[in-house]
Amino acid sequence: MIAWLDANLVSILNGVAFGLLLFTLAVGLSLIFGMMDVLNLSHGALYLVGAYAAYRVVGEAGGSLGAFLLALGVAGVLGLAAGALLAGITQPLARRGHLHQALLTLGVALVVADLLSALFGDEVHSVAAPAGLRGSVRVLGHGYPAYRLFVIGVGLVLAALVYLLVERSRAGAVIRATVADRDMVQAIGVDTRKVLVGVFAFGTLLATCGGVLGGPILGAQPGLDDTVLILGLVIVVIGGLGSVKGAFFGALLIGQIQVLGVTLLPEYASFLLFGTMALILTLRPAGLAGTAARTAAPGSSG
Amino acid sequence: MTGAARTAARGLAARRGAAFRLTVVLLLVALPLFLGPYPISALSRILAFALLAASLDLLTGYTGLASLGHAAYFGVGAYTAALIGIHLTPNAPVQLLAALAAGGIAAGLTGWVAVRTHGTFFLMLTLAVGEIVHQLADSWTSLTGGSNGLVGMPPITVLPGRPLVLAGFVYWYILAIFVLCYAVLRRITASPFGRTMRGVRDNEARMRAVGYDTARVKYVVYCIAGAVAGAAGSLWVAQTRFVSPADLSFEIAALVLLAVVIGGSGSLWGPCLGAALVLLVNDTLSSYVAGRGPLLLGLAFVAAVYLLPRGFAGLRGVRVHVRTRETGP
Repeated sequence: MIAWLDANLVSILNGVAFGLLLFTLAVGLSLIFGMMDVLNLSHGALYLVGAYAAYRVVGEAGGSLGAFLLALGVAGVLGLAAGALLAGITQPLARRGHLHQALLTLGVALVVADLLSALFGDEVHSVAAPAGLRGSVRVLGHGYPAYRLFVIGVGLVLAALVYLLVERSRAGAVIRATVADRDMVQAIGVDTRKVLVGVFAFGTLLATCGGVLGGPILGAQPGLDDTVLILGLVIVVIGGLGSVKGAFFGALLIGQIQVLGVTLLPEYASFLLFGTMALILTLRPAGLAGTAARTAAPGSSG
Repeated sequence: MTGAARTAARGLAARRGAAFRLTVVLLLVALPLFLGPYPISALSRILAFALLAASLDLLTGYTGLASLGHAAYFGVGAYTAALIGIHLTPNAPVQLLAALAAGGIAAGLTGWVAVRTHGTFFLMLTLAVGEIVHQLADSWTSLTGGSNGLVGMPPITVLPGRPLVLAGFVYWYILAIFVLCYAVLRRITASPFGRTMRGVRDNEARMRAVGYDTARVKYVVYCIAGAVAGAAGSLWVAQTRFVSPADLSFEIAALVLLAVVIGGSGSLWGPCLGAALVLLVNDTLSSYVAGRGPLLLGLAFVAAVYLLPRGFAGLRGVRVHVRTRETGP
């Protein structure tokens, strides 16, 4: 057991880093869905916006920590703007049902992804880790890239912050109250539209910043948007809709399956993904942290 | 209006509808006599794609389950037909039946997870399932040829020993199967089971309360839709004689859902029309704007959502499911 752990330590750590990266994406998807009942299919494209922002600002050769923070800032502003815009265009369709809203975000995703490939070409771009995080450190006798440890750290801090914000803070209470009874929250003097736009913008902000964070690991290339979107959706499904905790554990699980599973059983990678999803949904139909009410009537919470 | 007069009016409308459908079919049959091989092969692909759209409509329009993973079963059918064509027999009906079975089995294996949910959750799950099948086609190189796809499928035969090389004959074969499958789908939607499907769409909780096993209804519809999508896949390769993972990609799944929405879900003919439009626009426009196909597709989605809330079928001014309710007993 110890020997096995030792042999696969690098893969396991990679899985944790990948999982936490996916968490930034999945938690946004999950919150937007949980709060607004909108399936945001442009989430992957927004991740890619962040990745290309990192490529443009930090570059392939590598930049300073300042350049990396600048890329995060640029991506953050783009993410907030995209979230506000998406909230604005999906709200009028709320009465027409989920399909039309999802299709609208799918249209936006296709447009954004195509504009990105027009701007940056179809080549695979890599992004260098910022200065100071470029080397490797020794972890239990194995060399391991410092940047990935940094991603693990950032991901854990982010997960804690999002959890505290949504589940423990006053703003989170308003958000959860808006989900439960929008009219009542409106009646006590809160502008619920602002709450919804805020949640949407926060979710997309996490997606674009996740793109910057993931740049040095996954690079930036066409098609990456679909890959991360699908993995994000799988995480939301197995974690339970609208749950921060579920997204966190789901992300860690999928990270391991994608990295460790592919290392150990390369032929069965896609079966493993589907198998995990099927198994969890059979045992816990509402997902790891979901409540039964949410799957029983996902439409009734809007 | 008296009951007798109403019955007579309905009979007249039904006869007029049947005459109209017959005219359309005859026109489609006559087309190869006037058009060259290129437009005819394009039409063949449109028919295959229209059948895929009609099968998705059974799920989306009639049962209320919008799927973004339907291309997976289309692809399973296409691969099955191509593999049989390459390794076993060029006989098209054999390929068709095998593709039908393969599509249905694939839907049966993956659908039981999806049908336990509905609404956006279903959309999300089918998307994930579709993409996983797509990855499988991409990575199972020994069987599927990986990202290069399967090439070298011989021309199909309908009667033993006579390969159909001319585009017109292939088109006639595809048209015949299309009409057959379309008729079956219409029969299903008009049957008592079709009424159960619409009941699940309109109010699943009530259907469950009056004693229907709604999960089983959804599962059966999902399998039928998967099987028909598999058949559509075999028609597609009968024309193209090539299949690659791109044929079951997310883009195809999105295109076919767009066809259903543009055409108007819940009307069968609407999605077929939508499929024709989507494929024509995708084929012709993307050659003008050199590779900017996804951009146009994205704009088409945005436009369709805002401009055609009920699709072409809605433009006719007839609310489709109201009409179908009136034709009930």
